[in-house]
Amino acid sequence: MAEPVVQLEDVRKSYAVGTPVETEVLHGVDLALEPGEFCALMGPSGSGKSTLLNIIGLLDRPTGGRLSIAGRLTSGLDDRAITELRGHTIGFVFQYHHLIPAFTALENVMMPMLLERGRPDAEMRSRAEALLASVGLTQWRNNLASNMSGGQQQRVAVARALAMKPALLLADEPTGNLDTASAQGVFDLMREVNRTQATAILIVTHNRGLAEQCSRIVEIVDGRITTDQRIPGRSPN
Amino acid sequence: MNSLVPFEWIAASRFLREGRLQTAAILLGIGIGVGVIIFMSAALAGQQENIVRRVLSAQAHIVLIPAQEIARPLRGGQRGVAEAAIIQKPLQRVRSIDQWQRIIHEVDALPEVNAVSPMASGAAIAQRGEASRSVTMQGVDPERYFRIVPLPEKIVSGQARLGAEDIVLGLDLANDLGVRVGDKMRISVGSGQAATLTVTGLVDLGSKGANQRITYVALHTAQALLGLIGGVSSVDLTVHDIYAAETVAQRIQALTGVEADSWIRTNSQLYLAINAQVIANTTIRFFVGLAIAFGIAAVLIVSVVQKSKEIGILRAMGGSRGQILRVFLLQGAVLGLLGSLVGSALGGLAIVLWGVLVRNPDGTPLFPIPLDPQLFLASALLATLSGLIAAFVPALRGARLDPVVAIRG
Repeated sequence: MAEPVVQLEDVRKSYAVGTPVETEVLHGVDLALEPGEFCALMGPSGSGKSTLLNIIGLLDRPTGGRLSIAGRLTSGLDDRAITELRGHTIGFVFQYHHLIPAFTALENVMMPMLLERGRPDAEMRSRAEALLASVGLTQWRNNLASNMSGGQQQRVAVARALAMKPALLLADEPTGNLDTASAQGVFDLMREVNRTQATAILIVTHNRGLAEQCSRIVEIVDGRITTDQRIPGRSPN
Repeated sequence: MNSLVPFEWIAASRFLREGRLQTAAILLGIGIGVGVIIFMSAALAGQQENIVRRVLSAQAHIVLIPAQEIARPLRGGQRGVAEAAIIQKPLQRVRSIDQWQRIIHEVDALPEVNAVSPMASGAAIAQRGEASRSVTMQGVDPERYFRIVPLPEKIVSGQARLGAEDIVLGLDLANDLGVRVGDKMRISVGSGQAATLTVTGLVDLGSKGANQRITYVALHTAQALLGLIGGVSSVDLTVHDIYAAETVAQRIQALTGVEADSWIRTNSQLYLAINAQVIANTTIRFFVGLAIAFGIAAVLIVSVVQKSKEIGILRAMGGSRGQILRVFLLQGAVLGLLGSLVGSALGGLAIVLWGVLVRNPDGTPLFPIPLDPQLFLASALLATLSGLIAAFVPALRGARLDPVVAIRG
């Protein structure tokens, strides 16, 4: 089996460490994601889903346990190395799309490449155009992000998340804010990405209908993984 | 997006353009502040130059005079004997500066010194018929002296010609005596020496006291009348930097052994007044500058708070702390620079308006305010720099933002 994209061993996270109100929200999570897996992360509100996603996305650091991303143990890395690893390995899609309103759709897609290389170039632009085309938004490319509908913005966000050819795409309720048709559209887009580019996807969702279209469903309750179910026939090829 | 422009510039300009109203308001704020600084600096320079020109154009910056005569008791020096001698101050007669030619030569060689002119001056009585006035007779070498006090510019009647039998008078003195250009008058000194001279010019020295008292004659004429054959009673100097006059005077005193009085010492009240004005003006400019810096800082702090979500996204997408820091530092610098351009326009306009609107009763400009390009350049530089410094705290705040908190917030 290939090296896991994400490997968590006994990962713990506490808030307000060292104060009387210290609370542990993740109590030793073990989880590994293989390349090409399309995994849904489910659980009730406050179960620690978002915390887990932020830790995997290197936006937050665990207070205990080991986390490896693309085979690299993260505990010893400084902020600069973490930022670089995150930029190269992980793409994000958030619930509230989080495009940068002062930039156009095309520029938003270019942004991760721009942040890495420092200044724009033609290759960056053509890759961004191709990505926008793949999410079907070519004609909107020069619109400011703030002038697009929610579904369109979320598709731009998916294109942006794929800009750096990440091994892992993290999505925090990407469809939570969309109507059913748009939600299915965005979800289909992600499944397409997963299938054609073998990108591992971890998607937090409350929508069981969408979750059941994934290849694996992980449920988390009160900071512990309660079920981890692979759906036969949908395993990564 | 231009491929020559780095990310930080693109983001900074987009953020500034996005908050259009905010940016416009702070630009106007900075502009007014910079405009005030420019106008005040220029006005201060103009006013000072005006005062100094009026006061110093009729007098030397430094005057060299012979050391005072001191009476020394001949006895004394006995051990254990305290002596209460009554020492009478000697009479101060008109004396020549010892070896004045050599001193002029030495002083003229100093790089700080602009012009040097010897003078033989003393008290005299000017007479015309029944009228007589006590005057100060200044014997000068016209060629040298006019470089210190430009008498030809101050002539109101006749010309500044100083031959052996010529005399130039202050305007009010001429009125008191009832003489006009071309008239003859008698001038005599205490020793009884006297000469009859022809009035060649009347000057306005800018103050009534001087106009009632001053007469100019040729150096040789004064020397002969005062009994100072071959000698001079003082040496006048001008220096390049008038505010360094006192330092230069002290150097000359150490160098030559004669007493050197600078205008700063002889007009200490004026000097103090100018100095007080400079200090007050500088203080105001400093605090206006501080207000500008805090204005920029306030706008950027608000901007960092408003943009915390975007900062979080940029960080999540691989943006480094340094990049975020630079985006906000740049915004500060750009605000400072653009604001200073607005301020230069406002300040320049105010200076031009001053020249047009504020006038003396006779219609001449009250005093000219110079439009100094260096001043504009300096304020642009200063505003940019203070924008950069003011942006530092907000930029650091943005760079330290925790991406999770930023996105969630």
